[in-house]
Amino acid sequence: METIDKTDKMDRVFQRPEALTKATTHYCPGCGHGVAHRLIAEVLDELGIREQTVGVAPVGCSVLMYNYMNIDMLEAAHGRAPAVATGFKRARPDLTVFCYQGDGDLAAIGMGETIAAAARGEKICVIFVNNATYGMTGGQMAPTTLVGQKTSTSAQGRMSERCGFPIKVAEMLSVLDGPQYIARVSVSSAKYIARAKQAIKKAFEVQQLDLGYSLVEVLSPCPTDWHMTPQQAVNWLEENMLPYYPLGEFKVQGV
Amino acid sequence: MEKLFMTGNEAIAEAAIRSGCLYYFGYPITPQNEIPEYMSTRLPELGGAFLQAESEIAAIYMVYGAAGAGMRVMSSSSSPGISLKQEGLSYIAAAELPCVIVNMMRGGPGLGGIQPSQSDYFQATKGGGHGDYHLFVLAPSTVQEAVSLTGDAFDIADKYRTPVMILGDGIIGQMMEPVEFEQRPRSKEYDKSWALSGAKGRPRNVIKTLYLDPQKLEQHNLKLQDKYQKMKEDVRIEHYLCDDAEIVIAAYGTVARIAKTAVQILRDKGIKVGLLRPITLYPFPYDHFQEIAERIRKVLVVEMSLGQMVEDVKLAVNGKAEVAFYGRTGGIVPSYEEIAAELEKQLF
Amino acid sequence: MKQQQLECAANTAVDSRTLYTNLTMAGFGGQGLMFIGKLLAFSAMKAGLQVSWIPSYGPEMRGGTANCTVVIANEPIASPVIRSPETLIIMNNPSLEAFEPRLKSGGTLFVNSNLVTCPATRKDIEVVAVPADEVAQSAGGRKAANMVMLGAYLAKVAILDKSQIEYGFLEFFGSKAAQTLDLNMKAFSLGAAFSQADCKTKKES
Repeated sequence: METIDKTDKMDRVFQRPEALTKATTHYCPGCGHGVAHRLIAEVLDELGIREQTVGVAPVGCSVLMYNYMNIDMLEAAHGRAPAVATGFKRARPDLTVFCYQGDGDLAAIGMGETIAAAARGEKICVIFVNNATYGMTGGQMAPTTLVGQKTSTSAQGRMSERCGFPIKVAEMLSVLDGPQYIARVSVSSAKYIARAKQAIKKAFEVQQLDLGYSLVEVLSPCPTDWHMTPQQAVNWLEENMLPYYPLGEFKVQGV
Repeated sequence: MEKLFMTGNEAIAEAAIRSGCLYYFGYPITPQNEIPEYMSTRLPELGGAFLQAESEIAAIYMVYGAAGAGMRVMSSSSSPGISLKQEGLSYIAAAELPCVIVNMMRGGPGLGGIQPSQSDYFQATKGGGHGDYHLFVLAPSTVQEAVSLTGDAFDIADKYRTPVMILGDGIIGQMMEPVEFEQRPRSKEYDKSWALSGAKGRPRNVIKTLYLDPQKLEQHNLKLQDKYQKMKEDVRIEHYLCDDAEIVIAAYGTVARIAKTAVQILRDKGIKVGLLRPITLYPFPYDHFQEIAERIRKVLVVEMSLGQMVEDVKLAVNGKAEVAFYGRTGGIVPSYEEIAAELEKQLF
Repeated sequence: MKQQQLECAANTAVDSRTLYTNLTMAGFGGQGLMFIGKLLAFSAMKAGLQVSWIPSYGPEMRGGTANCTVVIANEPIASPVIRSPETLIIMNNPSLEAFEPRLKSGGTLFVNSNLVTCPATRKDIEVVAVPADEVAQSAGGRKAANMVMLGAYLAKVAILDKSQIEYGFLEFFGSKAAQTLDLNMKAFSLGAAFSQADCKTKKES
């Protein structure tokens, strides 16, 4: 009996990007990291720069990012990704360098490195995943935790009189002269994901054009540490985070 | 060969450049500022990169990044700044990245002072940061020696894929002496296939230090340990008038030079005294001390600290000779008269 | 003149067989003591000698003094750190107070007598009081008082001559220094002449 491979007759419309490995995800159901990884991988494929790109992985839930990305990767200590990326980029200005960092990593322990790299206009891309909590260590309060949001170290909800206010990283960095592209996007649902990819692509294009520093803040759900179902987490993000962290481009130069 | 008149700091910077180091990341701190100042002018001219980082911590991670690209890279600082770099040094050692770090020690603890000191010996030789690791540590005692050890430091770093520390003090850094930059034999080509360069036509490279599986982490640590054992083949020490000595002074760096004058004075008085000067502080020349302990009565360890290297000397001598200690601290530099007087006291 | 210098130098600590000498210079920052220390060491290096130069260290650097120590020898220098120097060049009162007690017995103390108003107290040392500001003024500018002191020192401890210092001055400090070469070398010569006269007077008395 003759078998017919039907796939030969069809157009391939969806496949694993070359910039992703075949590793099975360890991320929780409903987590936004997997989507963010994939968007970066698709952009690297589309720009044709997979083989000229080096990624810097953070400490946090995405510490194992190098298991998923089919590119050269360098693991950084907690908060130090922009410094590691700076050292690498200065040594190899011909390569494309990006950092992938969470909110604790970027906006708490690594805020000094973040601001300094942005102010220098360091020619690196930073993908900043903001899920308003410390995911890996079990849901403690992050610098981006919303006022009133309950975490394992703010059981009554974040109180501004004790813990201050969440940091709006995209807005804050956009007042500096060094950054050339700053945007905030969300991976909570399909319509936002398409726009997120466009922003990530622009961020890499800024580096391709040798213009300077770019950062994309990615709002991302964390159902596990928010103690919600994936759908509840998406809803919570869109109802609570979007009003405080508005989406959009905060600085656009040259792209 | 033309003799130049340079500070130790400048000489180290020039020696690094001549060893192929084109990348430097640092943060200002006394008494080593001449190194970044020198690098800031020279490296851009040579097509390399100098960057004054936002912090000591950022500087050491910039070193980590450039080392990950397979480049010869250096940072320098002084005691409080080196404390800040400890986390990064632990990562660099764990990731097996070659680099050279200079510590021109000043008095501590805390902010301490800006005068010369040797009180970071433990930090330099015993790990400093977290985890089972060591730096390779070289201690020059003249500006000329600082030049040759800087060249060696880069080769050792590449040979073992390990961070190397040049441990000096404020005097070595700021003293001016004649130096000659001899043509070093070209470093051999070290394998750098582990470096990141974009995964072009090869499987991806990953530089990391995370091993969540304890068995894998144990394997990794044993591999590092193996390396530390192999480093013993590069142990170095200077023996000065030790052949007929009944008592020896043990000292490194600046103090060893001062002690050398003390030995000369004591020899003029007919006292059979010698000097043992470890040049590698890690790996420590245990064997040399062990061997000499068989035929001497006593070792007087002299340091600009309240007793750090003396612990390694005691381990090495292992009870076969008496070990005495004399130290000054806080930025006080002992004089040779002081050392000679202390040794005379120790004769009885 | 060279002959005279050497004769005078015979009384100093410099041993012609194994040349070894050291000195500490101290005064206010800006008086150019670091400068003459480096100049002396560099010129001696160019003359084929071993040298070391170290800047202020230790508690002495407090209280408004800047100091440096130079060792010159014809064999490798062990200790660059000298607690009791053979010679002192002192250009302010706090430095006299800090360093006079440490001068080696039988050593020479050069003071700028226009600025050092406190008297030296020790009896076991030779004191050479040079009105260096006045002498420098007559050479064309008070700023060159440091060179007056260096000239006075080298007239006593004849390890280098004027031409070697002039060569060192141009070589080490480059084109900027060349503009002030005449003034500085004139000050140096006047300092040397003052010192020789002093030496002669002491011999005769």
